[in-house]
Amino acid sequence: MPEFIFLYRNTQEARREMSGSPERAQQSMQKWRAWFKDLGERGYLKNVGQPLDHAGKVVGGTKKTVTDGPYSETKDVVGGFSIIEAKDLDQAAQLASGCPVTDAGGSVEVRPVMRLDM
Amino acid sequence: MEPDEQAEHLFRQESGRLVAILTRLFGIHNLALAEDVVQDAFCRALETWKFHGVPKNPSAWLMTTAKHRALDIVRRDATARKFAPDLRPFLESEWTMSQVVEEAFDAGGIKDIQLRMMFSCAHPQLQEETQLALILHLVCGFGMDETAAAFLKNTAAMQKRLQRAKTTLAGSRELFDLSGAQDVAARLPAVTRAVYLLFNEGYHGASAQSPVRADLCVEALRLVSLLLANPVTSTPTSHALAALLHFLAARLPGRVDAAGDLVLLVDQDRSRWDAALIAEGHRQLDVSAGGTGVTPYHVEAAIASVHAAARRIEETDWGAIVSLYDTLMRIQPSPVVALNRAVAVAQHEGPARGLEEIDRIPDRRRLLRYTFYYSARGEFECRLGRLREARKEFETALELARNPAERRFLEGRIRNCGRPSRTA
Repeated sequence: MPEFIFLYRNTQEARREMSGSPERAQQSMQKWRAWFKDLGERGYLKNVGQPLDHAGKVVGGTKKTVTDGPYSETKDVVGGFSIIEAKDLDQAAQLASGCPVTDAGGSVEVRPVMRLDM
Repeated sequence: MEPDEQAEHLFRQESGRLVAILTRLFGIHNLALAEDVVQDAFCRALETWKFHGVPKNPSAWLMTTAKHRALDIVRRDATARKFAPDLRPFLESEWTMSQVVEEAFDAGGIKDIQLRMMFSCAHPQLQEETQLALILHLVCGFGMDETAAAFLKNTAAMQKRLQRAKTTLAGSRELFDLSGAQDVAARLPAVTRAVYLLFNEGYHGASAQSPVRADLCVEALRLVSLLLANPVTSTPTSHALAALLHFLAARLPGRVDAAGDLVLLVDQDRSRWDAALIAEGHRQLDVSAGGTGVTPYHVEAAIASVHAAARRIEETDWGAIVSLYDTLMRIQPSPVVALNRAVAVAQHEGPARGLEEIDRIPDRRRLLRYTFYYSARGEFECRLGRLREARKEFETALELARNPAERRFLEGRIRNCGRPSRTA
């Protein structure tokens, strides 16, 4: 089955909003766990992936300039990724639409993994 | 750990503990900073746990995360920020800072720190309801929305009020000091009252969605256990309050029926009452007799114990209950207490005597917006066979009812007026 990377994108405000109150944080976490569990049970979750810290450095350009903080020029930051198996891009996007990241205005970037044998 | 295995309100409980610990370190004037650190720890927990699952000891995980963050802040800002006055010199020295931070997070002291936070919230310059809202928000970890909902207020108004209240607290700079017996004694009544009101809000609350909000009752029981855990605050009054809350909490399972409707005490299925909570109530009531004074909590707990002792409504010792209400009227007279007394008199000596007692309530005017005033009169009239009068009383009660459960109950009484229940 084709593989897809889900990149979970969130703004700082949305990130804080998700843990705006203890009960909110609890509900949000339960939703995420339930969502992953469901994907797993239906056989779509190849690898749950990893969370990414919001701190970081960007190294780039011919001079290898190092910039602090993730990506100051973009509003939203990738907070983690998962590897999904789905029939095609449409189905993968359909699966992503249930992701709790969207509750606070975040988004899922769905990217097909390019394979040699395709 | 699977999501359904975690504590139902894990974050809420941890919030209360962490905010208290961090406020202890930073000083109460830096409450906003403490709340920020907690929120940051929750953010990190959320982001890690959703991928990896909840760790075996989530509470320790959050503590450690918050502790590291606190230590960073202390290292960076101790001199500029001016933290808790009694800790300041130790937090400003690299020699002692990590030890002091460690100590604040030590499990053995956490209950005391939460207790100190609770006493800080019962600030004499704040209104009773504001004190209670602060306790819910800071000690119980209720968010702004939930705190507002507990008082049926809108979130923006509650936010404003709590913001002002926090400014008042900030004037103290340190958490309330439990070592001064006089200071503790002066503030304890406000603290016990807040716990009592919190329980009441869950038990007789005016919430539109549900007539009983067990989570508020559970929080009140948790707060009273904090009072009992410290020798300075486990006074006879605290034990009496604990007794009362345990007896009432024992009846919670019988208080609402399968359809979500309220069931009056006299109609409840007593086999659903929680025997363990009743036993604890009796134990607390025994301990509460250790003092010299009798508080309203003592008397209310004694009344609740008489109900708890009757396995069937017919076994209730109404004479004892009436005389306990007489005592309550002496130490804390109010029209509502008098109304409850009249209901007990009606059970003991019949509905005609109940009506007589109601008519004799001094200051009866203050009950004229009170649903139970009319529903009690309705029950007495009904039992006297005066169905037209009864219906009229129930209809007035219906107009004043505060939630759908109360309305459904009263509509049922209006329909079934001809078939009197045993209730009064």
